[in-house]
Amino acid sequence: MAAAALLRRIPAARAPATALMAARTISDSTAPLTIETSVPFTSHIVDPPSRDVTTTPAELLTFFRDMSLMRRMEIAADSLYKAKLIRGFCHLYDGQEAVAVGMEAAITRSDSIITAYRDHCIYLARGGDLVSAFAELMGRQAGCSRGKGGSMHFYKKDANFYGGHGIVGAQVPLGCGLAFAQKYRKEESATFALYGDGAANQGQLFEALNISALWKLPAILVCENNHYGMGTAEWRAAKSPAYYKRGDYVPGLKVDGMDVLAVKQACKFAKEHAVANGPIVLEMDTYRYHGHSMSDPGSTYRTRDEISGVRQERDPIERVRKLILAHDLATPAELKDMEKEIRKEVDDAIAKAKESPMPDTSELFTNVFVKGFGVDSFGADRKELRATLP
Amino acid sequence: MAAASSLHVAAPVATPRVGSSAGNRSASAARVVRVAAAGSGAARAGGRLVARAAVAAKENSPARAASKSDGHEVLLFEALREALIEEMKVDPTVCVFGEDVGHYGGSYKVTKGLAEMFGDLRVLDTPIAENSFTGMGVGAAMKGLRPVIEGMNMGFLLLAYNQISNNCGMLHYTSGGQFKIPVVIRGPGGVGRQLGAEHSQRLESYFQSIPGLQMVACSTPYNAKGLMKAAIRSENPVVLFEHVLLYNLKEKIPDEEYVLCLEEAEMVRPGEHVTILTYSRMRYHVMQAAKTLVNKGYDPEVIDIRSLKPFDLHTIGNSIKKTHRVLIVEECMRTGGIGASLRSAIIDNFWDYLDAPIMCLSSQDVPTPYAAPLEDATVVQPAQIVAAVEQICR
Repeated sequence: MAAAALLRRIPAARAPATALMAARTISDSTAPLTIETSVPFTSHIVDPPSRDVTTTPAELLTFFRDMSLMRRMEIAADSLYKAKLIRGFCHLYDGQEAVAVGMEAAITRSDSIITAYRDHCIYLARGGDLVSAFAELMGRQAGCSRGKGGSMHFYKKDANFYGGHGIVGAQVPLGCGLAFAQKYRKEESATFALYGDGAANQGQLFEALNISALWKLPAILVCENNHYGMGTAEWRAAKSPAYYKRGDYVPGLKVDGMDVLAVKQACKFAKEHAVANGPIVLEMDTYRYHGHSMSDPGSTYRTRDEISGVRQERDPIERVRKLILAHDLATPAELKDMEKEIRKEVDDAIAKAKESPMPDTSELFTNVFVKGFGVDSFGADRKELRATLP
Repeated sequence: MAAASSLHVAAPVATPRVGSSAGNRSASAARVVRVAAAGSGAARAGGRLVARAAVAAKENSPARAASKSDGHEVLLFEALREALIEEMKVDPTVCVFGEDVGHYGGSYKVTKGLAEMFGDLRVLDTPIAENSFTGMGVGAAMKGLRPVIEGMNMGFLLLAYNQISNNCGMLHYTSGGQFKIPVVIRGPGGVGRQLGAEHSQRLESYFQSIPGLQMVACSTPYNAKGLMKAAIRSENPVVLFEHVLLYNLKEKIPDEEYVLCLEEAEMVRPGEHVTILTYSRMRYHVMQAAKTLVNKGYDPEVIDIRSLKPFDLHTIGNSIKKTHRVLIVEECMRTGGIGASLRSAIIDNFWDYLDAPIMCLSSQDVPTPYAAPLEDATVVQPAQIVAAVEQICR
């Protein structure tokens, strides 16, 4: 038993960059491992991908680590909000981590992602760091948008993460525009435009889908269906809650969004499809533990039993933990240590973010226009400053 | 008709896409810091800039800088098209989105022939879905393209208001400067010939409060071409207001390439007695009234403000300091219109120079009626302008 376990722990390549701990006995093997998704994929006018997903021990551990980091970040944000360090709107993603992590595992940084306001974890998945995330939440200079965006406006241009949008559904035409630019420039990459089950009823989605299908844009519309549009359950808002079918002439796939491997498989499939054939709709069946935002207790329109039921049966992190333990890729104690380190990492990041000062008042007027505040008068050659207007 | 533009001309043809000069940036930064220190910035949208760099007064130079050749005559829509073609040739990231802009050639022929020249990927016929294709244009701009988004009629862009306001206007700010949105949103607006209420909209007033947007209105073939080019080259989102009734204006424009300044106003007719500020089609009503006024012995100074946001308070201010009387003539609605904002800006800045209350003639606050005499009564007519000047100069 011990010998077999030892054999399996042959360290192969270096642990992936996201796992920042020192060498351990937990497996960082890159030997392939095939795991079946929890449920088969349901599809609409397309043949679904296989239920068997190829992964590696190292990847599974990365999944565990990344999702735990996201979970911890969101819980910490909850506390910061209650301590009034984060104000305004704060929409937390805990429960939905598998979508962010699985998607990132299937694509590259040349693919683009755009989402709505529940964006903290996607920012992290795209390579954003904790300090700038917390600093932005607290409105500090070190924030990823210099404190001027807030929770709903996280962006990371160098990682092709386009935010971060407060108006429900408006990001989907933007996403199709990103896909258009990819096609225009003949890049072999795709755009993932994320939206929720509430936004799925927006007309502009259908407009954008129509145009994307007409022009064969590499756009993947991902509905993160957490079954509630703020306080309204999906069956009260949508005549047809089969969101993956609503593309009509556009193929769709329904995915268990709490299973990170299923998400990875679906996104990989979708990217190949989109680059070759045009748009596709993915519906991620997921769940959020928190309310819609910190102003919403989340229990007036759903029962606590439902929430704890999902937590028990379908929690994405627990699923990966079970997989890791079942395949003997790490011991429970090692995973617990990892979680402790993550907790510390998050606490340290919060402390560092708190050190960052509030933006200077002069920042009020920067970045309104690209040059100055639009009150300068430039010469016809657009280079020289000709007049300064009062 | 189209008289002097005070601004010119002859940008060297091979103008590289402009990076800002380092000097500018530090100047802006310094200025902005002074706004903070002065503390009075909050009250005024523009922010008070302490030092007003003196610019050689833009002389009322009637002639454009000597052109090497005679120039060629164009209609206004052809001037816009020339601008588009020139920019699309030079910069492969410029593309055009709009309804019927491609195969049909554009409902006002501004994009006629462009689809054949540049292909379907650069001149895109969109379905009738303003909200989404405007959003797509903004998304494409986030990723480095420079879309020119056409609203077949400005009024239709109301359907895209969210995209224009929240995404187009604000993304540069909310992303902390990461993304720029160099789009041009253009289209015909204004009261035409009995087009009915919904096709006679003036959206200048609707868009003017959106932070992050620049707005310009063209009125002659010369400034249409120059402003279109400047708008395309601008790194900021620009809304270019054209007018349905001005597309067939004819004028001779230079053969050489030229770009105009987005933020500058145009001196149409220098004068001494009263400053008349106007833009777009009303410029022509003003000039018609000016003929009558001159016969009556008045000497009005007519300025086409062109830049609706920000206002060129420099040119306007210099004029007010000379004449001490202001009349604003606009086609915008009276309530919350460009004239209303301009009036406040003038009062804030040039109160001491005024000898008479500022008069503002705007369109009536009514949906534009269909019947011809009613439609004429909705907008400002030359007779009213004459009467207003007489009143101000009493």
